[in-house]
Amino acid sequence: MVNALGMHARPAAQIAEMAMAAKGNILLSDGSSTADASSIIDILSLCAVKGTQIFIVSDEPEDGSVADEIKDFFDQGFGENNSNE
Amino acid sequence: MSNTPSGEIIIPGISGSPGICIGKAYLVEREGVNLIKRYPVSEELVPKEIDRFKNAVVKAKNDHAKSIEALDGDFSDNLSILETHLVLFKDKMLYGKTIETISEDRVNAEWALRKVSGQVRKTFEQIDDPYLHARVNDIIQVSDKIMSYLVGAEDIRIADINKRVIIVAHDLSPADTSQIQLERIKGFITDRGGKDSHTSIVAKSLKIPSVLGSGTATENIKNDDILIVDGSAGIIIVNPDEDTLFKYEEKLSRFVAYRADIERESHLPAITKDGVSATLLANIELVEEVVSAKDNRAEGIGLFRTEFLYLDLNRFPTEDELLHRYKELVELMHPSSVTIRTLDINGDKFNPYIDPVEEANPALGLRAVRFCLENEGIFITQLKAIFRAAAFGEIKLLIPMISCLDELFTVKGIIEKAVQELEDEDRVFNRDIPLGIMIEVPSAVLIAGELAAHVDFFSIGTNDLIQYSLAIDRGNSRVAHLYQALNPAVLKMIQMTLDAARQNNIDLFMCGEMAGDPMNIPVLLGLGLTKYSMNAGAIPVVKKMIRSIDAQKAKKDAQIVMSLGTTREVMDFIYSEYKDILPYKDQED
Repeated sequence: MVNALGMHARPAAQIAEMAMAAKGNILLSDGSSTADASSIIDILSLCAVKGTQIFIVSDEPEDGSVADEIKDFFDQGFGENNSNE
Repeated sequence: MSNTPSGEIIIPGISGSPGICIGKAYLVEREGVNLIKRYPVSEELVPKEIDRFKNAVVKAKNDHAKSIEALDGDFSDNLSILETHLVLFKDKMLYGKTIETISEDRVNAEWALRKVSGQVRKTFEQIDDPYLHARVNDIIQVSDKIMSYLVGAEDIRIADINKRVIIVAHDLSPADTSQIQLERIKGFITDRGGKDSHTSIVAKSLKIPSVLGSGTATENIKNDDILIVDGSAGIIIVNPDEDTLFKYEEKLSRFVAYRADIERESHLPAITKDGVSATLLANIELVEEVVSAKDNRAEGIGLFRTEFLYLDLNRFPTEDELLHRYKELVELMHPSSVTIRTLDINGDKFNPYIDPVEEANPALGLRAVRFCLENEGIFITQLKAIFRAAAFGEIKLLIPMISCLDELFTVKGIIEKAVQELEDEDRVFNRDIPLGIMIEVPSAVLIAGELAAHVDFFSIGTNDLIQYSLAIDRGNSRVAHLYQALNPAVLKMIQMTLDAARQNNIDLFMCGEMAGDPMNIPVLLGLGLTKYSMNAGAIPVVKKMIRSIDAQKAKKDAQIVMSLGTTREVMDFIYSEYKDILPYKDQED
């Protein structure tokens, strides 16, 4: 998680939308708990703050591109201005 | 809450906006939880039940999409909240789980939805993060909307209400409040919400009485109950007995007469009887409050609080987003000026998205300019937006919470950096705008002379100045009565600040609540204060007060006041000298 603000509603909504396009299930995990990436509620309940390591798990080989898309979205700090340090 | 023998119920709450109204209750049902029945659904009817649920979601979602489209540009602040809601409708945890529950438990959709949304709420309420905690409201609003389509109850749209009623709701969402039509509604009451909530800001700008945070209003009030909403005192009286009703009707008619009297004179200039003229400005927080500022004849915006966008977006706004907002505001107010105060985030409003560090003493913590100096990038973004907006109208730049010279010098250094960046980016901007600081920390009062040499104006923020001078948290009910604007020590602080401003020939404004209370005007005017900024609604009352005062007499009276030792003596003196022109006040308490 590179986003300075951690997980919040707007990116969670965008991730859920990406994950809903997948054939199988996409899961997000912080190592201790796991969330369904197609649910905003579940994503938010991970309480991921900046620096949290998130694993993206897909159970369907065809969904590799969706998982990549989500990974990129994380890597880009959700396309938000993170220059506040 | 207290019951009297007559069956009259008094429910205390928080004053959302002042005024009194008497009328019939109109309940806007959210969470019709009590009405929801549980009944079994046979296996072959399960698909039908699921379809019924899906249909309700589609309808609720479409309806929600429509209310987004219908939203005024002014309310675009709310847009991101509403758009998140839109996605929540089909969220697996809500949507998928409800369908699962219908088929697994073989129950009706209403019951399944209630069960699932209840579980989700519980999960979120247990989370120890204030931001996520607050998302509970989003989930409640979305599931209530689906529920309203399931139970077939007409979803009451505030915009469609055509009776002169008092709205009673558990909570009003930003979408609801944006639909309120002033001429149709007498007042409103909510269970939730507080003094600084969006709902309260809207109520104030609409000038309708409201009581918020009542906790139990929706449980204790039925449709068509006769209600008295005393927005000034923050209480609701349900089914008042005749004596109470009579008393309040009289109060209301005096209030109405007083308001009308004031409004008749509101277009006149703010000049004392002996010709000293004063400037009355408005404090605002949302761009849409400009309407109310203009209606009340504010001569400009003396304080634009910029926190709302930061809190509402749940992320840091970009320079362009800020610019857009500030530009709109200065253009609307042109040719009058707008004083923009930089980010004054304090402990209790602290953004959940910044840093979850709990401060033991937030009022003395990393707030306002201290926060901005620690987070230079955020500060520069805001300063750049302000200088860019200044190319489109009159802006004054106001820095909150300055407590020493070093801070002021650091701020000036950062301003230079912001200007340099704007130059490098080849932007259109105007940096030649007055720079002022809030005087709200006692140390700033003591070195006001030194500070004055480096700025163009002062603005006394009385709310904090009183809190810090007297060491009183007025939110703490055990000491709140000691929070006194007319405390002799506070008056001395104000006098010292005025003297420093006068000696250095810089402008001085007062923008705290103290400036909006007519009771304080004789002393302030007598001490030489002529520029006041307040909630727009208070302007006509303060203007009437100023027009009734003789500045020469006020000056002499102020000298007497400054020699008095206790707050009581000060108040008694003002009351005895000015009782004929002080606005109607309740003398019962």
